[in-house]
Amino acid sequence: MEQPEQEVVAQTVSTNLPKLETTVKAPSQTPGTAIFDVRNVSIYYGAFKAVTDVSLPVYENEVTAFIGSSGSGKSTVLRAFNRMNDLVTGARLDGELRYRGADLYAKDVSPAAVRRRIGMVFQKPNPFPKSIYDNVAYGPRINGTRNKGRLDEIVEKSLRGAALWDEVKNRLKQSGLALSGGQAQRLCIARTIAVEPDVVLMDEPASALDPIATLAIEDLIRTLKENYTIVIVTHNMQQATRVSDRTAFFSVLTDSKNDTRTGILVEYGATQQIFEDPEDSRTQAYVTGRMG
Amino acid sequence: MTVVSDRTVDLREPGGWRRSKNRIATFVMWFAFVATLVPLVFVLYTVISKGIGAISWQFLSGSPIPPNIMPLGVGGMGPAVVGTLIITGFAALIAIPLGVLGAVYINEYGGKGWLAKFIAFMADVMTGVPSIVMGLFIFTIWVLHFGYSGLAGSFALACLMLPIVIRSTYEMLLLVPNQLREASYALGATKSRVTLTVVLPAAVGGIVSGALLAVARAAGETAPLFFTILTVEATNSNLFSGANTALSTQIFVNAQSPYVGAEARAWGAALTLVVISFLLMIIARVVTARFTKYTR
Repeated sequence: MEQPEQEVVAQTVSTNLPKLETTVKAPSQTPGTAIFDVRNVSIYYGAFKAVTDVSLPVYENEVTAFIGSSGSGKSTVLRAFNRMNDLVTGARLDGELRYRGADLYAKDVSPAAVRRRIGMVFQKPNPFPKSIYDNVAYGPRINGTRNKGRLDEIVEKSLRGAALWDEVKNRLKQSGLALSGGQAQRLCIARTIAVEPDVVLMDEPASALDPIATLAIEDLIRTLKENYTIVIVTHNMQQATRVSDRTAFFSVLTDSKNDTRTGILVEYGATQQIFEDPEDSRTQAYVTGRMG
Repeated sequence: MTVVSDRTVDLREPGGWRRSKNRIATFVMWFAFVATLVPLVFVLYTVISKGIGAISWQFLSGSPIPPNIMPLGVGGMGPAVVGTLIITGFAALIAIPLGVLGAVYINEYGGKGWLAKFIAFMADVMTGVPSIVMGLFIFTIWVLHFGYSGLAGSFALACLMLPIVIRSTYEMLLLVPNQLREASYALGATKSRVTLTVVLPAAVGGIVSGALLAVARAAGETAPLFFTILTVEATNSNLFSGANTALSTQIFVNAQSPYVGAEARAWGAALTLVVISFLLMIIARVVTARFTKYTR
């Protein structure tokens, strides 16, 4: 009687080691449509080459996580998806970045039109100094929705979608700045999904939040996956394992001869594979915590 | 007085030089504060005590301005009140939109380009130009061709206000955090949308108070008006033609005169001007509070 029991305990321990909750629902071997196709992309800020030769597909209705140390260019690549890098003077992109088959960096592409489809949530919650209602209604309004009833609907739907409705439904006229950090970040998510984007990019959305608010955001990300494609940059590896289907590991390549540093994509694959069975030794070192 | 007998840890401020420095600094600050108050209180006291006797509804609205030898109670400063209001009002109408748009260009559109830098530099230079020079400038390019008018006065005052409005608006736009612009861009806003719906509303409180400060300053200007509107005795509510008058120029003219009535009218006009500036400041405060409701 005692032997089998021991066996069970041992098994539990071994499978629990990497603590992968999402791997219960492992990503399908045949992924859906590639929503982004990144081909040999290098991004420069002036003379500085921030990332070199990144190629990867991002699949529809999945959560793709970008992990890696500071300066590895993961945020830079993320900001290339909705052309936020355009706002930085001297930023330039080489290579090809396709979104649903269309070249994002073609001459006649309007960055505003791109960003209407590809929304972004930032590291620091940044609600506008307006009321909660006006924060959420901002996107629909600038895109031409003026009807009050329609706006009310959108605001409620978006706040529900961001799991914030119950907390703020009685104070929609209050300032968005009066919310706590976690609530403010969920307000920013509500604001982003109010324009019904196709993709939501998240740049370390929980790094400024406490653990409980972080878990709330992560729950939200898993729910949002049903309707949106999500790309998330995170410093927190547990977070990547908890929310993502696929993980890209970025690293810094230092050239000591010319004293230059640039970000590179080391490995990209299913999250479970990246964390349990990485092919690259650098990924192995990073995910096991031997290398920062 | 309680005496702590058993003190295990001494948590008091260490004595000696450090404490003395603190005392000296505190004293210097108090002294500076009082020294600032002295001229302010003295000016206000003098203007109010000497001017209050002249103030009456007839003084504020009566017309025409009587000859200098006439005592108080005949006629009134109505023409000067009307002149000040319409001339500074129209100057504000010219300078505030131009100045705000100029600052928006410098901060939001010009980027690091030479034109934005040039405008910012010229605005700073203009701040230092004496007001009498502005008056002479308008005199040469406008009054010599089209004659004296309230409009010419508005031009001169607008020239004075413009750099102040540009500077104060620019400082306010700088304070708007970039994250707000990014958030708006990320929702698909164009640059003009970002500026109109996020940047300007976030800065509006400061912009309004800066603009009203400029208006209050312009309302008290005397020299540029002498070259552009002259002084008249009858109310001229037509801004666009004919010589006009203003409180500031009336103060100057009346104060130079030896007659008792003229002197009283000068004090009365001075008090009226102070009250107008004061009202503008209060409006600025109220408007600022109204517009910054959501920033706290």
